[in-house]
Amino acid sequence: MPDVKKTETGPVTGPGVPAPSSLAVEPDKGVGSLGGTVGKPRSLWTDAWHDLRRNPLFVASAVIIALLMVMVAWPGLFTSASPRHGDLANHYLQEPQLTKFFSPEWLGYDAQGRSIYARVVYGARASVIVGVAVTLLVTLLGGTIGMLAGYFGGILDSILSRIIDTFAGIPFLVGAMVILNVFDVRSIWIVTLALAFLGWTQIARVARGSVISVKGTDYVQAARALGAGTRRILLRHVLPNAIAPVIVVATIALGGYIAAEATLSYLGIGLSEPTVSWGGDVSRGKDQLRNAPFVLLSPALMVSITVLAFIMLGDAVRNALDPKLR
Amino acid sequence: MGRYVARRLLQMIPVFIGSTLLVFLMMYSLPGDPVRALYGEQALDEAQIAQIKKDLGLDLPLWHQYWNYLTGIFQGDFGTQIASGRPVADVIGDALPVTIRLALFAFTFVVLVGISLGVIAGLKADTLLDRGMLIFTLLLISVPSFVLGYTAQFFLAFKMGVVTPTVRDSEDFGELLMPAIVLASLSLAYVVRLTRTSIAENLRSDYIRTAVAKGLPRRRVVGVHLLRNSLIPVVTFLGTDLGALLSGAVVTEGIFNVQGIGNAVYEALLQREGSTVVGIATLIIIIYLCASLIVDLLYAVLDPRIRYA
Repeated sequence: MPDVKKTETGPVTGPGVPAPSSLAVEPDKGVGSLGGTVGKPRSLWTDAWHDLRRNPLFVASAVIIALLMVMVAWPGLFTSASPRHGDLANHYLQEPQLTKFFSPEWLGYDAQGRSIYARVVYGARASVIVGVAVTLLVTLLGGTIGMLAGYFGGILDSILSRIIDTFAGIPFLVGAMVILNVFDVRSIWIVTLALAFLGWTQIARVARGSVISVKGTDYVQAARALGAGTRRILLRHVLPNAIAPVIVVATIALGGYIAAEATLSYLGIGLSEPTVSWGGDVSRGKDQLRNAPFVLLSPALMVSITVLAFIMLGDAVRNALDPKLR
Repeated sequence: MGRYVARRLLQMIPVFIGSTLLVFLMMYSLPGDPVRALYGEQALDEAQIAQIKKDLGLDLPLWHQYWNYLTGIFQGDFGTQIASGRPVADVIGDALPVTIRLALFAFTFVVLVGISLGVIAGLKADTLLDRGMLIFTLLLISVPSFVLGYTAQFFLAFKMGVVTPTVRDSEDFGELLMPAIVLASLSLAYVVRLTRTSIAENLRSDYIRTAVAKGLPRRRVVGVHLLRNSLIPVVTFLGTDLGALLSGAVVTEGIFNVQGIGNAVYEALLQREGSTVVGIATLIIIIYLCASLIVDLLYAVLDPRIRYA
């Protein structure tokens, strides 16, 4: 009889409770550790946000990323020069005017007489868009495949896992080079699709593992016992509780995709002209490295700062979401 | 154990076929005809082109070409280069030892330096040293290898003149040092971080407390008990990373002019030499699959609780 009673009282509190994420990870840094909101348990996300705001690495990366986003949206705010306007009177062997901050001649000119500073500013757009778009695609694709494999198990899992292994077996850089070499003009979207096509396996593996650990939990069993459909269980119970590791890996991977795009553009098989890209500028600057190092070092420094900002963000998010590291 | 290995080998077959097939299809869906490109501006003789294609097996349907390729590999036949007529196996044979030297050099560097730094950081978790190491690895991960390569070349070779800017003789380990470190940098950072996390976590475990309590010398606690248990995630990473090292050699070898498979695959790709690209990709896939099998078997050595039925 008590069993029946349990299931009867279940629906009253069960489905109405939004995403019991505190059950999955159990943030033990409790309530009232900072005073305030006593008695109201914080969810994993509130707890993570609380941690994040006090992490100097997070604050630093957030500031850099915010600045980059402004640069992506309104590059004209940073420079009046056009990145594609070349004037051969501006020779690349002229010393850069390092004291004339934010003027077109600040970092000197490249071999075509284009302002390096303007190109560095306008190059942010391609890098950040590719990085963010690949991460979104990969999370969607890899997350879905990993979730299906992990949740349903059995034959479907075996097949999907072999497909994941197959794609993971292709060497990333060589594979991307082969795909991109097909296209004569490589726009931002082509590069994005190529990177996503090869890059989704990591997220899929993480999502699969995370879903497997969640699907055996009591609240999923309870939802099933209450007659919830597969779709409801997956979307309302499994997804919110399994997504934290996926978000962590995706954030860290974002920086990696930006680096991958820059590497491919550097090899001449990534973004092609007229798209302004840091990797492409590094590639064009390498022949003048000895005489005019700024042509290469400026875009190289910007790629590194951007990747650093996103990796720091990913690091901070992981520290906030993964209680094991506390 | 034997049954486990057999099952893993069986699982590797579809993965191997799938990966090589994907690379093969991507490569041969390239527009442009490499045989016609041989003639440049000259007048074409259709019969001659047809004959060359027939000799190279390029007139067959794509699935048949793949089948010929797959059966050829197991007899050590990776196909023939179109322009030079050289067997691809020869090209690989020339370039592979160079890359193996570079990759092994980098790999040894990663293992020795990475694990040592990670252990030091993990033992001193949350000290100033640990924070410094964290920032150091952050920087290493953020700087793409081509940036690091050119920066090293600019400052160490051009400005200070302590190393040669490019590699003239790939058997000279002194000259290979800079490319190897550049190639190793990303993996090094990951290994330091993985080792550090693992060590810091296991330091709090019961068996370490037991080992300390029963009076074992610190060297034995750290070197045997702690290290062996903490190495599992590191070994996993190192195994899958071997393929990435070979793939990343494309960039490093380009910067430092090392005549290895990275350079070979890059040049072949620009010249649309499909058989060379697919051949080298196949080789990397084989090495990757073997390395991940070895990693799985190493688990049992590192952690006696893991037994394969």
